Parts: sequence; structure tokens; C-alpha cells
Amino acid sequence: MRLDKTEISLGLIALACVLFGFVSPGWLIFLLTIALAKALVVQGVVMQMRSGLVSFGQGLFYCIGGYTVGMGGQFFGIHDAIAALSLGMFVAIVVAMLLGLLLTRYREIFFAMLSLAFSMILFGILVKSQELGSTDGFNVHDWTLFGWAPEAGAGSQHTVFTMTVVSGLIVAVLIHRYTKAGIGVICEAVRENEVRVEYLGLSPRWLLYGNYVAAAAVSALGGGLTALATGHVDPEMAYWTTSGEFVFIALLGGLGHVAAPFIAAIVFSFVRTYAIEFVPHTWQMILGFTLLAVIIFLPKGLWSLVSREKTGERA
Amino acid sequence: MTCILETRSLNKEFGAVIAAKDLNVQINKGEVVGVIGSNGAGKTTFINMVTGYLKPTRGEILFNGKSIMGHSPRAITRAGMARSFQVAQLFPEMTVLDNLIVALAAAESARPSFLSPLRSDARIARAEEILKEFGVDNYRDSLVTAVPQGARKLVDIAMALIGNPQMLLLDEPTSGVSVDEKTDLMDTVMNAVRQHGVTVLFVEHDMDVVERYVSRVLAFYSGEIIADGEPAAVLADQQVRDLVTGHRPTTKQGNGAS
Ligand SMILES: Nc1ncnc2c1ncn2[C@@H]1O[C@H](COP(=O)(O)OP(=O)(O)OP(=O)(O)O)[C@@H](O)[C@H]1O
Ligand SMILES: [Mg+2]
Repeated sequence: MRLDKTEISLGLIALACVLFGFVSPGWLIFLLTIALAKALVVQGVVMQMRSGLVSFGQGLFYCIGGYTVGMGGQFFGIHDAIAALSLGMFVAIVVAMLLGLLLTRYREIFFAMLSLAFSMILFGILVKSQELGSTDGFNVHDWTLFGWAPEAGAGSQHTVFTMTVVSGLIVAVLIHRYTKAGIGVICEAVRENEVRVEYLGLSPRWLLYGNYVAAAAVSALGGGLTALATGHVDPEMAYWTTSGEFVFIALLGGLGHVAAPFIAAIVFSFVRTYAIEFVPHTWQMILGFTLLAVIIFLPKGLWSLVSREKTGERA
Repeated sequence: MTCILETRSLNKEFGAVIAAKDLNVQINKGEVVGVIGSNGAGKTTFINMVTGYLKPTRGEILFNGKSIMGHSPRAITRAGMARSFQVAQLFPEMTVLDNLIVALAAAESARPSFLSPLRSDARIARAEEILKEFGVDNYRDSLVTAVPQGARKLVDIAMALIGNPQMLLLDEPTSGVSVDEKTDLMDTVMNAVRQHGVTVLFVEHDMDVVERYVSRVLAFYSGEIIADGEPAAVLADQQVRDLVTGHRPTTKQGNGAS
């Protein structure tokens, strides 16, 4: 497996993050873990945006990832983190394979609203489920990693952080390849001209289907990591405002580079943390103005700040 | 001679508009057929039905003797019938090279790879060859939006040919191209087509272009085929002169703009 320049850079940054984890304070580690885990969900949103579809219901897979980890530990004795995360992705894939059959028939606002509808249905089901703690959700069981149990608190936080960074790196490299591979480029082609894709003998619908399922798996991984990091899951994960946040971060970062969602998610988390701390009641307004500014000044997202110097080079 | 494409009493109605009326066409392997007809005569509708884009109201379509009624455009493309469009259908935000590379990958497999790069050296090399063959290699790295009409049309046709079709339907390949460039464009296209040994049907408003390349002409008028035969005979036909070509002794007829 030969690594290209981007992949090596991603690897070095991930290594720096892991090392940084040993010296930085706990609150910062926690903030970064959540931001990076969310960025994985955002990657799923971005994958679909590339194909021309905006999912306003990616919270569905975020929630599925989180709840599978939670339920696996509480009810099925699955305490190994890797196994739980994998199971979350597996469940998301199965659900996406079913929903995708219907969703890939729709485009634009219809797709957006339908994806939203499915996440709200899950929200409704979870709220009604007393055994799963209804609106309060429930706590995630203590977990292990290859049989080793990190000590509660700082130790486990640090372990989740490292796991999130490593997952982020693996996903980033895979997505980087995916966007340059047949399916990635042809999904963009579907966005640009579906009729032409059809007349090249390809099925736009099955391409979007494959992309939808892949995006669901990535988002579920983000949900699972969030559950491990916070030690708690609740139905809010599938609520529409959560999905809206993912779309927000996706727009903030832009589609220019696989790193953009990570940067955007970190910026978003910091802005929110400080805004809530210093100007508690204007947080929503700040969010609004940020989005306005990005759309007006950086329509291609924060990443265009980075790539501005090398115009002409298509990421 | 073997018949490659046949339609039997093909009809298409759009509400009260009859866009195709009892079309009975048989096209033989290796023919180069010109389709003429004024605006709204039903030429594009015919191509759209044959390639699965529009569902005929009634009738039958056979490709290589097998019915392709109700087949999707992609199934028909895979079966060996390709088309180009009246307005070139490309991927506007991609470079010309990438457009061809996507077409090459599509021709190789209906299931694109998830991880191996689309822009492989082999595909790039092949795409460059095709760009040269069609004389558009100077636009290699231009975005489609920055490329002139004529070159776009050529790229569109090149993409259609990449899948090695047995039959190629060209909807007004020279529309939007200046009169001087038309012959060059058609020469390029016909050269490529001959090398592939493809049966061709093309829609054209310019009778000089038609006469230059075709062995047979179909004249459409108001959804019907009013003449079918050798170019000289069809173009001399009184009804065709009245309804389609107008009376053009020697002057070049203005291209119906559409
Ligand atoms: N999708 C559609 N819905 C309704 N009417 C249509 C549709 N497509 C074509 N028509 C009508 O069918 C008739 C034939 O149209 P068609 O596009 O096939 O003509 P054409 O011969 O290709 O003309 P042109 O030279 O202008 O391209 C016209 O009257 C047109 O208005
Ligand atoms: Mg037409």
C-alpha cells in the first residue's frame, strides 16, 4: 500500500494529536474527542454532498452507532470497544441498505426531508422506549480494549481520544482514496449530470446507494466513539437539531479536502464552548452569523482558506 | 444485410401533440443514415424512445432482433447502442480529460471500484489518445464550461464511442457550431466512426452535410416519416422540398437554430 502526500500528512498530524494527548489537560482532550467523533459523522454528510444529496437525518446513523455501543454493553455483554464499534457500523450498514432502497429514488429536498423523517422516527421510538431510559437515555457500560480495562476517568478518556484519532486517520485515508476512486468520482459525476452517467451504462441509483451505505457506516463509527467518550447515549442523538449541526459543520468545512470536516468540527466545538461560557444566551445568534459569514465570504468552506494559495490545483 | 435496429408502428403522444406516428424503420448494419426534419418534427423524440429515455405510447423496438421496449437507457447502452445529445451532456465541473476517464471506467465495468484510483496511468494514456483522435487535446485540462461548443460536441461523441457501441445515434452533432467548422467536425466524427465500424444515424439540418456523409435519408415531418431512401431521391422529393428542406437550389441553407 503506497501512501501519497496527503496520506503521509494525515498520518503525521494524527501522530502529533496522539502525542499531544499525553500533555494536554483533560477538558481539552474531551473536547477534541467529541469534535473528532462528530467530524466522522460529518464525513458521512460530506460524502453524500459530493454526490449532490444533503442528508438532514445523518443523526440517524450517529444514534444507531451510539445506541448499539450502549446496548451491546448493557444488554449483550459486548464490552470490547472495537467489537462494539464494529457492531454499530454493521447495524448502520444493515439499516442503510434497507432505507437506501427507498431514499435513493429521491433527490434534493425530497431526499433531505425523507432522511430527516427516518431519523425522527428513530427519535420517536427511543423516546417511547422505557427500557432504554426514554428521553434520558442510559449510561454506557465500562468497556475494555483487547481485554485491557482502562481505569475510569482520565485513563479511559485518554484511550478514547487515541482510538478516535486512529479511527479518524483510518477513515480519512479511506475516504481520501474513495473520493479519487471510481465510485467517488462517479458520484460527483452523478451530481453534475445524472443523464450522462445513465448513458454511460451506469446506474446513478446504485452508485448513490453504495455511497449512502458507506456514509452510514462512517457516521455510525462517529456515534459509537461519542458514546464511549461521553459514557452516555440519549435520543437527542437522532433529533433533527443534531443532524442540522452536522450539516452546519459540513458547510463550515466545505468539500475541498478530507481534512476539512475535522478542522471545521474542532473550530465549531471551540466557538460553541467559549460562546456558551462568555455570552451564554447569544450562542444561536453567533452560530447564525458564522454560517452567514461562511456562505458569503467562503462559499467553499473554511478549507478554501488553506487551499487559497494553491489555486488551480484541484484537491 | 442484417437489420440492427427496427421499429414497428412506434407512436408517441404528448397530450394532444403527436410526436411520433406509426414509425416503421429498419436500419441495417453499417449504414450511415441522415435524419432531417424541421423543428419539432419528432427527430429527438425518435432517438429518445430508441435509447430508452422516453417510453413510447405504442409500438415495438428491436435491437439486433431483440425487443428493447421498457429497457433503461443504461441497459440499452450496455447492449451496444450509444448516443450523443443535441446539447452536449458532459460533467461541467470536470476537466475534459476527466470526462473521458469517467467514460472509460464506465465502459470497463458497471461497478466502479471503491478504492483503486479512477485516474490510472492506463486510463489517462487512453484518454489522451482519444483527445488526439478527436483533435481536442489542447483542451485536455480545461473545465468543460470553458470549452467552445464544437469541442464539447466532440467530447460528447467521443464519450459515446468509448463503450465500443455497435450503433451510434447523434442528435444534431453540428448544432451550435459555425458553418465553417461543421465539415471539420463531421470529418473527425466520421473518421472515428469508420474505424470502429459503427452503424450511424445522425440528425442534421444542413443538407450539404447530410449529402456529404450519408447513404440514406429519413425525412421527418410532424411525427411521421414522409420519405426514406437514397439522399438524392429524398432531397429531390417534392413533399420533402415543400415541408422540410424548403427550396434550396445551390445556396447553403441557414441552420435551423435549435
Ligand atoms: N417532453 C416533452 N413533453 C411534451 N412535448 C414534447 C416533449 N418532447 C418533445 N415534445 C414535443 O414533441 C414534438 C417533437 O419534438 P422533438 O424534440 O422530437 O423535435 P425535433 O425534431 O427534435 O426538433 P428540433 O429540430 O427542434 O430539435 C414537438 O412538438 C415537441 O414540442
Ligand atoms: Mg431535436
